[in-house]
Amino acid sequence: MPVDHTQNIIEIEEVSFAYNEDLVLEKVSLNIHKGDYLGVIGPNGGGKTTLIKIILGLLKPSKGVVKMFGEDIHTFKDWTRVGYVPQKVINFDVNFPATVYEVVAMGRFGKIGLFKNLRKEDKKIISDSLRQVEMYDFKDRIIGDLSGGQQQRVFIARALAGQPDVIFLDEPMAGVDVQAQDQFYHLLKKLNHELELTLVFISHDIEAVVNEVTEIAFVNRALTYDENPKKFVKSEMEKLYGDKKFIHHHNHA
Amino acid sequence: MLEIFQYGFALRGLVAGVIIGLIAPLIGIFLVLRRYSLIADTLAHVSLAGIAIGFLLNVNPIMTAMISTVLSSVVIERLRISKKVYGESALAIFLSGSLALAIVLISLAHGFNVGLLNYLFGSIVTVNQSDLYIIGILGALVATVLFLFYKELVYITFDEESAQVSGIPTRTINTWLIVLAALTVSLSIPIVGVLLISALMVIPVVTALQFRQSFGVTILIGELVSLFSVVAGIFTSFYLNLSTGGTIVLISLAIFVVSLGFKKR
Repeated sequence: MPVDHTQNIIEIEEVSFAYNEDLVLEKVSLNIHKGDYLGVIGPNGGGKTTLIKIILGLLKPSKGVVKMFGEDIHTFKDWTRVGYVPQKVINFDVNFPATVYEVVAMGRFGKIGLFKNLRKEDKKIISDSLRQVEMYDFKDRIIGDLSGGQQQRVFIARALAGQPDVIFLDEPMAGVDVQAQDQFYHLLKKLNHELELTLVFISHDIEAVVNEVTEIAFVNRALTYDENPKKFVKSEMEKLYGDKKFIHHHNHA
Repeated sequence: MLEIFQYGFALRGLVAGVIIGLIAPLIGIFLVLRRYSLIADTLAHVSLAGIAIGFLLNVNPIMTAMISTVLSSVVIERLRISKKVYGESALAIFLSGSLALAIVLISLAHGFNVGLLNYLFGSIVTVNQSDLYIIGILGALVATVLFLFYKELVYITFDEESAQVSGIPTRTINTWLIVLAALTVSLSIPIVGVLLISALMVIPVVTALQFRQSFGVTILIGELVSLFSVVAGIFTSFYLNLSTGGTIVLISLAIFVVSLGFKKR
């Protein structure tokens, strides 16, 4: 059954953001619907990371309104509904003493709350999340000993363990080799289709993302939104470069 | 029978040493993994100023050391968050500033140099009965708070941003960590001394990290290394008449060097 893509889960209205005097985002509006697989693309420094940090509550917008699941972000408390996969593979400590299982367990902590320990059902969810990304057999390995692609799947499992409604992925392909990338895209598609999980995929690699996502937002101080990523990127590129064939075939069958 | 147990001071020193040996790596693992090892050293110098104040006012130096380290730790954390100065610059400012204050205070009041020397390098002779009570109660407090925030501390240490996104109050917990570090530093001073305390928080943890184990097992190894170093250090220094703090640190360093050979990758 196709997902109803009309229900707004995140609403951004006329959001502006400035670092000191520098305007990074200007009157940006965007609706993220339930079941979307949204690609957020744009040049580095164009403001896409800033936009995501605002949505995640890590930065406060200078102007505008952000609503999470209908509630204003200033009063929103239910952060466990939001999963986050940071740009981790390239900047995390490979000597950190944690097993894959310990890392995925962290994804439950927000849900359990302070002063409480993992219960039996939490442990089951952690194991299920590991199976979901096909990393259960690696659960006792030290996270730093895995390949970039495997680490990234562990971080997905950590986000899944929180049982969120939406997962934000910040440049998740950084430090992941090409073969593992294909596997990774396949996994994301599966999560989006089978679990009806809303995904927000932040990337500067337009080519790769455009074949995967179902909605696209191009951020470069202003925001342009389109529900046909391929057509959108093609027409944008034609505007920039004339009608030279720019988009390579990059199918993930 | 072991001669050491016939002396009340030695026994007090041993008990205090074991408490500190248990607490130091628990705090240390979070500081080391967050690249914050130097905070222990800075707080130790702050506590030296606190001790000098204690001598000057004629109150228990551990109490004044504790108050000054806790207050400074909160200010250091604020400075770091405010981004007005770099984190490590904040540490450098406090380290040299408190050392300067300590020296000036010491020169103001002559005559307590011998007692102060014990606080600099640590000596089991320094621990009196009321010190032992303070160390016991604060040690229990530090361990309890660490236990309560354990899983959040692990998450923040591994990935602060994700922890914050998932709704964990990272700022509050960071402040707790640094306050606990301050308490641990000030209560460790009678045994290991101002100049060596950071070693006890850092070396057993770095040793344990060489084995590439889970977080839980790493803590366990750190505890074993720390406890062994403290107990062996106290015995050795007692019988060979050596500096307690120095001996403890040298023993833990020796274990660390051996552990480097075990590294598996």
